[in-house]
Amino acid sequence: MQMPRPSADILGRRASIVARLRALLPADAVIDDPHETRAYECDGLTAYRCPPLAAVLPRTTEEVAAILGLCHAEGVPVVPRGAGTSLAGGALPTADSVILGVARMNAVLETDYDNRFIRVQTGRTNLSVTGAVEADGFFYAPDPSSQLACAIAGNIAMNSGGAHCLKYGVTTNNLLGVTLVQMDGTVVQIGGPWMDAGGLDLLGLICGSEGQLGVVTEATLRILPKPEGARPVLIGFSANEIAGACVSDIIKAGVLPVAIEFMDRPCIRATEAFAHAGYPDCEALLIVEVEGSDAEIDEQLGLIRQIAARHDPVEFRESQSEEESKKIWLGRKSAFGAMGQINDYMCLDGTIPVSELPRVLRRIGELSREYGLDVANVFHAGDGNMHPLILFDANKPGDLQTCEALGAEILKLCVEVGGCLTGEHGVGIEKRDLMVVQFAPEDLEAQMRVKDVFDPDWLLNPAKVFPLGASETRRAS
Amino acid sequence: MNPDTIAVLRPETEAELAEAIRLASAPLAIRGGGTRPVGRPQTGALLETGALSGITLYEPGALTLVAKAGTPLAEVEAALAAEGQRLPFEPMDHRGLLRTTGEPTLGGMVAANASGPRRVQAGACRDSLIGVRFVDGTGTVVKNGGRVMKNVTGYDLVKLMAGSWGTLGVLTEVAFKLLPAPESAATILWQGLDSASALRLMAEALKTPWEVNAAAHLPDQRTLLRVEGFARSVAYRADELAKALAPFGRSVTLGAAETASLWAQVRDVAPFHDQDGDVWRIAVKPSESAALVAKAGGEALYDWGGGLIWLRLGEGVDLRARLGDFPGHATLIRASAETRRHIAPFPPEPPAIAALTRGLRARFDPRGVLNPGLMDA
Ligand SMILES: Cc1cc2nc3c(=O)[nH]c(=O)nc-3n(C[C@H](O)[C@H](O)[C@@H](O)COP(=O)(O)OP(=O)(O)OC[C@H]3O[C@@H](n4cnc5c(N)ncnc54)[C@H](O)[C@@H]3O)c2cc1C
Ligand SMILES: Cc1cc2nc3c(=O)[nH]c(=O)nc-3n(C[C@H](O)[C@H](O)[C@H](O)COP(=O)(O)OP(=O)(O)OC[C@H]3O[C@@H](n4cnc5c(N)ncnc54)[C@H](O)[C@@H]3O)c2cc1C
Repeated sequence: MQMPRPSADILGRRASIVARLRALLPADAVIDDPHETRAYECDGLTAYRCPPLAAVLPRTTEEVAAILGLCHAEGVPVVPRGAGTSLAGGALPTADSVILGVARMNAVLETDYDNRFIRVQTGRTNLSVTGAVEADGFFYAPDPSSQLACAIAGNIAMNSGGAHCLKYGVTTNNLLGVTLVQMDGTVVQIGGPWMDAGGLDLLGLICGSEGQLGVVTEATLRILPKPEGARPVLIGFSANEIAGACVSDIIKAGVLPVAIEFMDRPCIRATEAFAHAGYPDCEALLIVEVEGSDAEIDEQLGLIRQIAARHDPVEFRESQSEEESKKIWLGRKSAFGAMGQINDYMCLDGTIPVSELPRVLRRIGELSREYGLDVANVFHAGDGNMHPLILFDANKPGDLQTCEALGAEILKLCVEVGGCLTGEHGVGIEKRDLMVVQFAPEDLEAQMRVKDVFDPDWLLNPAKVFPLGASETRRAS
Repeated sequence: MNPDTIAVLRPETEAELAEAIRLASAPLAIRGGGTRPVGRPQTGALLETGALSGITLYEPGALTLVAKAGTPLAEVEAALAAEGQRLPFEPMDHRGLLRTTGEPTLGGMVAANASGPRRVQAGACRDSLIGVRFVDGTGTVVKNGGRVMKNVTGYDLVKLMAGSWGTLGVLTEVAFKLLPAPESAATILWQGLDSASALRLMAEALKTPWEVNAAAHLPDQRTLLRVEGFARSVAYRADELAKALAPFGRSVTLGAAETASLWAQVRDVAPFHDQDGDVWRIAVKPSESAALVAKAGGEALYDWGGGLIWLRLGEGVDLRARLGDFPGHATLIRASAETRRHIAPFPPEPPAIAALTRGLRARFDPRGVLNPGLMDA
């Protein structure tokens, strides 16, 4: 993975740039000590690291505007950062860039149950948004597995999803408004606690723009009343194909589960060894969760049981208690941790049409053997969002490169069957160079034109999303 | 304008459409079904999308549909109904309100981001739209999104195209995620509530866990809540709602057939079809809507639990001048072409937003040939 060479001119002006930042901000908000900037050298994609020129940690929208105004005047690139959990390298700095972290901006600004929204500063973590309204019977729906750590800032930038998005949608479907600071320091309000845009849907454009159009400092989020109850079932199958067919049948039958999660044998084995959730030893399993009153849950699960029965499940385990529900989710929730225990891994995120599941899983198995690296699959099956985890050994020379080559093959496969490179993690640097597989030059040009409008000098997170060759002339100008 | 005197282009393929736009030396008025003459009146040659028609892919097991932009909405709805599925956002039919004829098309629906009562729960048209192909103002074909339900690959131009009223590009193909049609539905109805009580009722209803998926208050003081789903669940939730909201007065519960016809009337703003006057569409913070209507005058139909107001006013009244600043925005949907020339149909934007909007139009349609000025303030 290549990053652009840092500008010698900017590196040469380092001291004066830092001094000017210090003049704008409280003393503790500017970090330039090389030991301390190391904390910002990477995000969740730890294979790539580079300390920034400096990191700044503003507390208000005004401070963010001042920082951006200054960096704009100085021609210094800025990389926005939330909690740094991106798996795509979205928050990876370059040596000539300033990291703008919103972690200190974590206040709840307004909660309004009559109008069903909450307004927060974007450094607030995902889980603590729900935490702020839970006691009153509400929740914020998008629930990335990283929700304890990740910030609303990163969720908006990546348009993050989670297990329960099958029913409630992803971030963009739950975002009502933002305060956005543009690269030249202009502050704009887009949307608010009402529905739909009056003019062009700029809110829809900003969500998922990976920190390239502006820095989001505040967000108005839709909150929902908590369901009366929820209950999962675990269904084991003797083959991936059968589990895939069962997913399709459940969807067709008119049940709308909140989540349908899929795990294959390698993943089941690894998590079982790690978390002892008591999963059956089978080829594939589904966790299906439904919501409602007890009677409603019984009715939906009855229907799911009937459908599953047509596919000869090796196991159908319906939770009878809160305890058992937790246990069913335990393995799924510790899948990433389990993988991390046994190996280094790379987590892919391509999405495919649900009908292609069996074929794609089979082909991934073949590719895994060809490249000699194990692949475990755990993913959101209801919406076709795959998460193949490629296991490798970072200490073994060449293994990372083999892993990346295998990853690229798998993502190309996703595109080939009618899917896409990333369903919820974003492009960042990780999938940047594969964009040409999914998009024609004209498609990328149309997207880059949007950045031209919001950030004409290409100073905001410039080396991400678009292949460096495609964005070169714009970044250079 | 006499349709006989204006040129009409009717491309049959995406390539022909691109060619037509590339060669255009004067403005084009983009026309799907011709059922939504909204915005600043257009004077260009008509560019019709009706020949770009047909469902390209429908996979019920994956809840996805892809179709060409000129496909009649009715054709799509029939295909979905045959599989027991539907578009989640309940698109409105503008014909009754705008007194137009013609066949609404998918492209027109997307370009208008047309969403009905279910928007409170299922989201807007833009939330179900998962992919687009379009031709921009230079005649270049662009695709964005795709046919899968979750996709964050690159910028979301899909959302940008929804609600852009043909001013950034002409859609040639659109892809949607779908929902299963419910087994049953019910409406809980209260009569004779004033708008303030009705709004409180709707706010309380939408706070419950019983999945109210539509909440409206009509000019004749009927207040309606809708639940949909499996029959037993519908009965249970309707019952719980009636009990919990009993302090607002006695309610009656209506069955599936009545529910369907009643909500079609709400969706299409039927109470205003035979009434004179201009019609405004106001998106607002729900709790502000009663006060806003009191200030505006006129007759109101509240949908989306009060988050959407359809307001009927005298002809040529500048509503925005009456209201001043408020948390939301107002669009003039039905008015004579004359009125739409001197009152901006789309809400004026603050300078920084207007600059972004202008910038986007300049990039996507540098020669200003696609519905030029339609959304201008
Ligand atoms: C009764 C009536 C009177 C009219 N009078 C005049 C007049 O006096 N002068 C005049 O210039 N025009 C007139 N028009 C045309 C009309 O105002 C414009 O063509 C246009 O604004 C509406 O297009 P439509 O009705 O076909 O929209 P619909 O097909 O209903 O579409 C709604 C919106 O989406 C856009 N759209 C439709 N399909 C696509 C697509 N595939 N991609 C992108 N955008 C799309 C349309 O441009 C329109 O903005 C009239 C139309 C009607 C029905
Ligand atoms: C174990 C694990 C599990 C995960 N599970 C999921 C999952 O289930 N679903 C999912 O979708 N993701 C998941 N992720 C990925 C990651 O958590 C999400 O992408 C998350 O939204 C990133 O948030 P963050 O605050 O950490 O952002 P960061 O990593 O700090 O930044 C992410 C991107 O957002 C930009 N950004 C940050 N702040 C701002 C701002 N204020 N304004 C504009 N742009 C900004 C950055 O420049 C960068 O491009 C997982 C990650 C891990 C490590």
